[in-house]
Parts: sequence; C-alpha cells; structure tokens
Amino acid sequence: MNQTQQKHPRLGRLQTRLAFGAPLLAGLALAAEATPAASSSATDPLWMVGIKAFLVIFGLLTAFAYMTLIERRLLARIQVRQGPNRVGPGGLLQPLADAIKSIFKEDLVVARADKVVFVLAPMISVTFAVLTFGLIPFGPKDAFFGYDPWVIDLDVGLLYVFAVSEIAIYGIFLAGWASNSKYSLLGSLRSSASLISYELALGISLLAPVLLVGSLNLREIVEWQHQNGWLILYMLPAFAIFLLTSMAEAARTPFDLPEAEQELVGGYNTEYSSIKWALFQMAEYIHLITASALIPTLFLGGWRMPGFMEQIPLIGGLFALPYLWMFVKIALFLFFFIWVRGTLFRLRYDQLMVFSWGRLFPLALAWFLLSALVVAFKWPVAVLGWLSLLSLVVFSAYVILTAKPRPRPLPRMGAGD
Amino acid sequence: MVRDPQKLHSPSVEAYDIADAPELKSEVMTLNVGPQHPSTHGVLRVVVDLSGEQILRLTPHIGYLHTGFEKNMEHRTYTQCLTYTPRMDYLHSFSHDLAYALSVEKLVGAQVPPRAQAIRVMLNELSRIASHLVFLGTGLLDFGALTPFFYAFREREAVLDLFEWVSGQRFHHNYIRIGGLKEDLPPEFLGEVKKFIAQMPARIDEYEALFRESPIFYERARGVAVIPPEAAINLSLTGGSLRASGVNYDVRKAYPYAGYETYDFDVPVLTGGDVFDRMVIRILEMRESVKIIRQAVERLEALGPGPIRDPNPQISLPPRHLLETSMEAVIYHFKLVTEGFHPALGEVYVPTESARGELGYYIVSDGGSMPYRVKVRAPSFVNLQSLPYACKGVQMADMVVVIASLDPVMGDVDR
Repeated sequence: MNQTQQKHPRLGRLQTRLAFGAPLLAGLALAAEATPAASSSATDPLWMVGIKAFLVIFGLLTAFAYMTLIERRLLARIQVRQGPNRVGPGGLLQPLADAIKSIFKEDLVVARADKVVFVLAPMISVTFAVLTFGLIPFGPKDAFFGYDPWVIDLDVGLLYVFAVSEIAIYGIFLAGWASNSKYSLLGSLRSSASLISYELALGISLLAPVLLVGSLNLREIVEWQHQNGWLILYMLPAFAIFLLTSMAEAARTPFDLPEAEQELVGGYNTEYSSIKWALFQMAEYIHLITASALIPTLFLGGWRMPGFMEQIPLIGGLFALPYLWMFVKIALFLFFFIWVRGTLFRLRYDQLMVFSWGRLFPLALAWFLLSALVVAFKWPVAVLGWLSLLSLVVFSAYVILTAKPRPRPLPRMGAGD
Repeated sequence: MVRDPQKLHSPSVEAYDIADAPELKSEVMTLNVGPQHPSTHGVLRVVVDLSGEQILRLTPHIGYLHTGFEKNMEHRTYTQCLTYTPRMDYLHSFSHDLAYALSVEKLVGAQVPPRAQAIRVMLNELSRIASHLVFLGTGLLDFGALTPFFYAFREREAVLDLFEWVSGQRFHHNYIRIGGLKEDLPPEFLGEVKKFIAQMPARIDEYEALFRESPIFYERARGVAVIPPEAAINLSLTGGSLRASGVNYDVRKAYPYAGYETYDFDVPVLTGGDVFDRMVIRILEMRESVKIIRQAVERLEALGPGPIRDPNPQISLPPRHLLETSMEAVIYHFKLVTEGFHPALGEVYVPTESARGELGYYIVSDGGSMPYRVKVRAPSFVNLQSLPYACKGVQMADMVVVIASLDPVMGDVDR
C-alpha cells in the first residue's frame, strides 16, 4: 500500500461531499438571487408551469433513483455491511445500473392475466404518485427565477393531495386483481384492508390543522405557521398520527403488508417483472418522498427556517435560502423512514386494522373535537400548544404505566435430575 | 392426509373443524406455498386451505430434497458413511457426524479418548450456536425485520471460520472419525475459541435486544400457534420447540453421551409453547452452549496434548509414521482402507441432542463392513409433523413464522 497517497478518510469523504454539495448550494443561491424585485403576476404563464412540472417529475425520478441508493447504503450501515459501492465512485452509478438492468430484463405478461389492466396498473400507480408533488411550495413567491417555486397553487390543495394519492392505491388493487395469481390477490386484498383502516385516521388527523389555519391551501398553511409558529407545537397528536399513517400509505416497513416478501413473495407485484416492477417501486418511493415533503409543509413550517433562527442576525441572513430548508426537512424524514425500516418488524394486517381503527382513529377524532372546541370558542392558539404538551405527557405516562411486563424468562434449573 | 371427496368438491368453511370458523360464508381458497418460496426454509411445500387469510388446514408435502442418503449408506463402509452424515443437517452438521459416530462406536465398542470427547463437545456446541444463529436470523426475517439477519450471520461467520480452520470445511466439516477425530486441533485454536466465547455473551444480549423488547414482535409472536405440552409429546416434538412447550427433556441430560454429564449447564424450559417462546428459548440455549464451550476449553487446556483416536488398530488407521517401520501397521492400514472394519452382529441406537431435537442413528449390522440398514431419527422430520397442528387457525402471515419457529432443515427432513 502506498503510504503517501493515504488521506484521512473522513477528510476525503468531506471533500467528496463538498464537491457534490457546493455546486448544488451555489445553484440554489443563484436561483434565489435571480429573483426580480417587482414581479406582480398572480399566476405563472403556462409555459413556465410546464417547465416546472417537467422539473418536478424529472427531479422526482432522479430522487427516486438515488433514494434507492441512499436507502441501501443506510440500511447497510444499520446492518453492519457495506451496501452497493462498486458501480462508480462510492456506488454513485448504481441507480443507473439498476435502471438499465430493469429495463432490459424480460418483460413477462402472465398468460391468463387481464392484459390491459395488468399493463395499466403500474402506470396508474406511478402517474398518481407523481401528481401530488407539484403543490408543495419550495420557497416564497417568485423565488424560482422570478416565478413561483410551486407548479400550481390550488386553494383546495390538501383535498387534491388526498384525492390523488388515494387513486394511486388503485394501481395496487388492479395489479393484484389483473395478475390472476393468488399471492397477488392476497396482497391487493391486504392493501385494500389496510387502506380503509388507515385512511380514515389520516384524513381526520389533518382536519384539525386545517380547521385551525382555516385553509386547505398548502402555501397559506406555511404562511400561517410563519405568523403563529410551527403547527407541530399546536398539533402534536395530529402530527404523530399523520406520520404513522403516511408510513402506511407508502407501504413502508411496519405496514408493508401488501408486498410482504416473506409470506406473499412480493404480494401484488409477484407476477410483475422488468420495468413494470420498477414502476411499482418508483411509485412507492415517490409516495415516500411526497410524504416526506408534505409532513414538514404541514407541521414543520414548510420551506422556512425555524423562527428563532431568523432572529439571530448572521445565521438568519446566511441560511435564509428558500430551497435549502425544504430539502433538509425532506431528507430528515426520508432518513426517518429508512431508519424505521431497518429497525422494526412487520405488523400483521389484522393488527394494523386494530391499530388504525382502535387506536389512531379515536385519537384523531378526539383531537379534532378538542381543536374544534378551541377554534369555536376563539380561545388563543396557545391553548392547543398546552393541550399538545399535555397529550405528550399523557401518552408517555400511558406507555410507561401500561408497558407489558416482559421479564427476562428464567429457565427452570436442574433439568434431567 | 386423505380428504373426504365430498368435502373436496364442495369446499366451504363448514367442512373444516375450526373452533372459530368465520360466520361469513365464503369459499375456501387453496394456496400452494413452495417448494420455491422465500420463507419455507428450503424446499418445503405446503398446501394451505385459506378462508380469507385464516388457515383452515395445512398439508406439508416433503421429499423435494430426498437424496437417498440412508440407502446409499448401505453400500459404503462405516467410515465412508461419514461423508453423508454432515450433508443431512447442513446447519448443525456436526451433530449428525457425532450421532453417527456414537452409534458405530457403540456397535464396535470403541473407546474415545477424553481429549477427543472434549473436542467433540466443544465443536458440537459451537455448531449448535451457529445453527441457532441461522434460526434467529432467518426466523426474524420472516417477521419482516431485515436487520437481525445480518447481525446473526456476523457471529455465525466467526464460527464457520473456526470450523474451516480446524477441518478445512465450513459446512460439511468431515472432522469426526469412528473412535475419535481426524486430527488434533491446530495450535492456538483454543485461544481463538476463548476469544469467541468471551465476546459471545454480550452479542447474545444484543440479539435478544434486537427483538425481545419490540412490542410488534411481542404482539405477533405471543400466543401464536400454541402447542400445549400434551400435544407436543403426542406429536413427538423434541428439542427447543418441546422445551418451549414446558416439557423438560434434553437428551444431553436425560441420556448423556460424549461426556455431557460431566459438564455443568442448565436446560432452559419455557411454558408458553408459542412462537415467542420457541424463538426465545434458542437465545437461552446459546447462553448454555457458551457455558459448555468454556468448560470444554478449560478441560482441554488441563488435559494437554494426548491421543485423539481409539488406539485399537482394527478401528482407526495407524499413525502415518508407523507405515514406514511396521509391517503390521501396513496390513491394518490396508485392511481398513480397502475393506473397513467388521462390527459384530447387532442393532444400535444412540440418541443425541441436535440443535433441532433428538437425533439418532439406528444402525443394523449383519457383521459385514457396511451397515445392513441405517435409519436416521431426524428431528426436523419429526418436528415438522406438528406444523399442521400448530398452523390450524392462524393467519397466513403467521404461517411462515410458525415454520421458522419449528426450525426445520429440509436436508434433515428429506435426507
């Protein structure tokens, strides 16, 4: 081994990260600086919307590809192994290799499948997964080279998000049905069973913040949080429920029953191969990325930096980049989801239903009623903050008090005597 | 299992004897699982009758890995048979070597020197730890947890490295000979074993932490597929699965062999009889194995160098250097290699405790140099017949978990 060429490994890694990160940051800064002072147009021209839509889809697909790499590397780190590090520097070209592989694999269509639906299902899945991301605001008005940093600004934004992301589940139903395979059928049945159980809690958990803010528009929700503080402070139970149900919606590990690899061999995608299978994966990851963008937008102040940091003169000015905070928050939640996957076991589908109907749904309903009371009597918002704190205390006490005694099993000694 | 043709043609839920049969009248779906399925631990094929996801009836179909080892052994000398034995249970292959050797040694009356006994016990327990680690890793994988698998295989790798060092093979370490061992341990081997068992207790705690405190694991495993003690005895369940049902039976204590009676260890017994206890009991057994290995290492160090094979020249090959000086040695060598030894007429069965349960070779000798008949009492095969009992009424998602908890090795089942 050549001693002279050895660098400090951490330093080398830092350099690599800087090399990739610096241009990104510079680009972001440029995009923010290029904002013209006076741009008064209410909506962007159609061609600009088209460009932004293209950018969102392009960005999502790239993010999906690299998400697989990051997930594999992170999981590997959790699981005392290396992960993909052979293709390109540090495995950076692995997604490309995966894409080429999955495109050129033999594309099988099951002989007795419903062919039209079979082909349509992955497309439905991925199309409706992509559709929601455009609503998420990434910065203040006119932050995208003088145009708005969101594709479309809908007043019924949140409603639209749910409508569209629920249709995406149809992809899974139809795939399971069209495959004409018992495993796929069981997988799609599971996904419908889990859908009707978590969806109610998901919807109702978001009613409370919507009631408080008084708008379904994502941009206005972010603005409200700028005025009054992050919603997580007032809506802790809603945040917790939404986080859990988002995991269920993206069919991630504790709730990945529709594709349970161990018993259903992939579930709804058992019979899929090649690019169609990749499309399902794509849909799952895009759901995940969307969820990771939606949660900060709704509860963690969206693209804005934490309010107290704005007060600090130097930091407030330096880190005020509009896109930066959004990306940081998305990355945070993506990491959280990967972490959970590396840690937890899978629930059984009847347990998910009990959990959703028996725990999450009543909790969401109770919290919604409480916050409705606060809004109806026009009490100050701080009441909800105290209630959130109280709920945290009650929850912790509940967990501590009702923890099942699981003592170390003591073996009976002196066997065979 | 012979089905009533009437029931076969009109499959409805009522046809099945399930205590909590769903009220809803629905059709029964028959699902074929395996032999190529990621969670059947080899080539087990089960056919399940499902109502929704509830299993009404489960029928295992075995034989996909049948290799005819027992029949083949009738045409090999007693020493050559040792090539087949490790290939049956490829996860705890040392147990098969040991069980076979013990049976033959009883047949020919061979005396195994104490040093070889201690080495056998040490390696057998190491192999048991490796087997339990595979059980835990793959078993928890069936629960949907990816991570414990890699942690378990990290330590198993260490054990396999030890075996590779001592015998040249990682899986089918053909290290046992009739009347002793192939050769002595390499120098410094005991030091490595000591290093391994020094870190193992902490690692076992780590595996336990990986799953035992998880509420999801608790919910999924506690009370699932309970086998009560009476049923476990009636189903001839042995090994950890039996002891998880509250029956205190370990061959190492009940019918000690290879000097196990001289080691100080406990037999963990749990009373739940469910998947949870069947998973946990392997953790406890690993702790006991570490205890045994520690004692075996101490004993080996106290014993010092010594013979590792029965000096009886009619059973074991003479030392290599004697072949150049002793005509007698050459003759014995020639006879053993070309023909093998001739045990007296008789039948023999020595039960042993493999990682999966009671394992024994029933050998009939007709006085020739090859066994007249070999029948393996394979624990996986016998334990597998409790699968239909255990799986009745459980969810489809739990089926793979129940299979994993019974710990079948298909090579051991089909032979």
